[in-house]
Amino acid sequence: MRDRNNIEKPLQDLVDDSAKERENIISVFQSIQEAFGYIPEKAVNLVSKRLNVPASRLFGIITFFPQFHLKPTGENIITVCRGSACHVNGSERLLNRILIELGIPPSEDTTDDFKFTVEKVNCVGACSMAPVVLINNEVCGKITFDALKRKIGKIRSGE
Amino acid sequence: MSKNIQIKVCTGIGGVAAGGEEVFAVFREALSSAGIEAAYGDRCSAHKVGCKGFCARDVLVDVVIDGDKTTYQYVKPEMVERIVREHVVEGNPVSEWIAGDDYEQYYSGQQRVVLSGCGEEDPEDIDSYMRNGGFLGLRKALIEMRPEEIIATVKNSNLRGRGGAGFPAGLKWERSFRVKSDIKYVVCNGDEGDPGTFKDRALMEGEPYAVIEGMIICAKTIGSHSGYIYSRGAYTSSVRHLQTAIDKCYERGFLGRNIMGTGFDFDLRLFKSAGAFVCGEATALIHTIEGKRSMPTPKFWSAAEKGLRDMPTVVNNVETFASIPRIVLKGASWYRNLGVENNGGTKVFALTGKVRNTGLIEVRFGTPLREIVFGIGGGIKGDRRFKAMHIGGPSGGCISEESLDIEIDYEQIAAAGAIMGSGGLIVLDENDCMVNTAKFFLEFTQVESCGKCTPCRVGTKRMLEIMDRITAGKGRDGDIELLEELGHYIKATSLCGLGMTAPNPVLSTIRYFRHEYEAHIQGRRCPAGVCKALITFTILEDICKGCGSCKRVCPADAIRGTRKTPHRIDSDLCIKCGSCFEACKFKAILRT
Repeated sequence: MRDRNNIEKPLQDLVDDSAKERENIISVFQSIQEAFGYIPEKAVNLVSKRLNVPASRLFGIITFFPQFHLKPTGENIITVCRGSACHVNGSERLLNRILIELGIPPSEDTTDDFKFTVEKVNCVGACSMAPVVLINNEVCGKITFDALKRKIGKIRSGE
Repeated sequence: MSKNIQIKVCTGIGGVAAGGEEVFAVFREALSSAGIEAAYGDRCSAHKVGCKGFCARDVLVDVVIDGDKTTYQYVKPEMVERIVREHVVEGNPVSEWIAGDDYEQYYSGQQRVVLSGCGEEDPEDIDSYMRNGGFLGLRKALIEMRPEEIIATVKNSNLRGRGGAGFPAGLKWERSFRVKSDIKYVVCNGDEGDPGTFKDRALMEGEPYAVIEGMIICAKTIGSHSGYIYSRGAYTSSVRHLQTAIDKCYERGFLGRNIMGTGFDFDLRLFKSAGAFVCGEATALIHTIEGKRSMPTPKFWSAAEKGLRDMPTVVNNVETFASIPRIVLKGASWYRNLGVENNGGTKVFALTGKVRNTGLIEVRFGTPLREIVFGIGGGIKGDRRFKAMHIGGPSGGCISEESLDIEIDYEQIAAAGAIMGSGGLIVLDENDCMVNTAKFFLEFTQVESCGKCTPCRVGTKRMLEIMDRITAGKGRDGDIELLEELGHYIKATSLCGLGMTAPNPVLSTIRYFRHEYEAHIQGRRCPAGVCKALITFTILEDICKGCGSCKRVCPADAIRGTRKTPHRIDSDLCIKCGSCFEACKFKAILRT
């Protein structure tokens, strides 16, 4: 992930690069999010100018898809699967306990120190190992809260 | 010393999560050690393969010596050394680690056609696919068959769309073929957004070449030169394997200009979706590729005639395309005869929930559901009672034990109140609350409703409010009838498949489990003990040993008590998470 404070130049380059193909607005935003971890407002305005599409339409597209973040995300992303197999195997309780453990207030998803973001996903397609949690895209199947707590602790202590 | 030894390590998603990558690395290291290298040379090798299906037993490892296969289950890196020493070198399989009878039982009820290469081939290696007959179907289609013949073959095979609706694939192709246009598109729908299924993921990950081969055959048939594979961005390994496969196909001349020297051109690109359930709907999917909000539009004409950028577009599911190469190669009647009337071939399902054997299965059409649960699935975990089977994801429905004798067949499943959908089979047992389950699915469709049509946007919201109040113990008389009425209106007046099927989970559970709704509303209780507002946890003082394990797990600090004296739950603080209930070894906690 790149430096958050100094995004002008890299953003300009990225928008220029991906807009060249002009194939798809969604792909443009995907590469922006990949580079910055979220889609900064500046990026939306830049893309709007570059592609000559109203920013309102772009916001419409971004907010339609749950994958896109308009706010900065934490360094580590914990994704809790909310698929039906995970649901019947207790994913809701797991999610609540993670939020309590990390001290993330209701209706928020990121810790104050930007260490962790907790997000939900419809289904990661690993249903036979439910409940499933992804930590920075690494699949952890048949996970228990205790095991998860240990993993979070390890990340915290920088291992 | 002319033995040929292959070791196949499952690195599907289940395998990787159970440590498949490490197991593979250790095998590779062990095999390259001096002794084995000298004795066998390149006749002994380790391979990564796609999902073998029986994910509950991962990591699964096949040791194949001269075609003779032995499967090990629950393999850990530290077990590798002994398997290599005793089995590979000395020729004596390590019997206590070999997968047992239930492994046999799991596979014996299945007919693996689409999945036949999944778990046998290395999904990143094009040669591995070609050794197993890959691209022979394409060769036949490109060189020997005219488009009309291919269409006739697909039609006669009775292959129906595997995305859920079951539209005959051959008919779709024919419509596109008939339209005269220089630009046509082939799109593979891999936006598997349903919670509870992963068959498309397994196919894209485990057999990407079969999907691509099917798409090229389709392109040749309808006269298209450009195509997209639309995969969920969240499926990172599918995306990686597909991209590798596409690149390799370009290298070998299966994609690009002048494919296999026949003068036919076809370009294929991978498109990553941004994860919205409604994108699986064909028109919404097309809008996404065009870079718009993914909202469905009315189908005045089918996408086959006027789709992507207003050009004829065949949109088929991953599994549909993956079936095509074998149908072309082996003929329509072979495939048709695997199934039953009007339903040709086999169907892949993700079997999950409370059965003993969970994983990816493929069965013939006409297989009774009972056989899937109690035969392949091995019955219910923990010897609890079967309660219901949920078919078809959030748009599907639950069916009860009485209907378990119906067969896998688009029409029979629809008549029972569910849909084939994308192939999720979730088995529920007596500890699952049907009202809560229906609410869960409705919550999902409510959030995923794109918001375009009022019945779906507002109607599902109203239904969800009623479900919320029922599970909160505030249900009113007449709520069940209101749900039914709303459900029927939403089904009748929504534009796309999402709205038309969203009420299914509620309607089907009312149909089979009306008494549970009544218990919630009139009796103010949840028979399965799931709905939080309707249950309480108490500690039985004469059984409690005061070990403190409940206190340690309680996230709300609601349990009080000193060591070796009975503990108590403070009902004001209790958040009813059930952690104490599971932690207690003495069964001293009562859930009522």
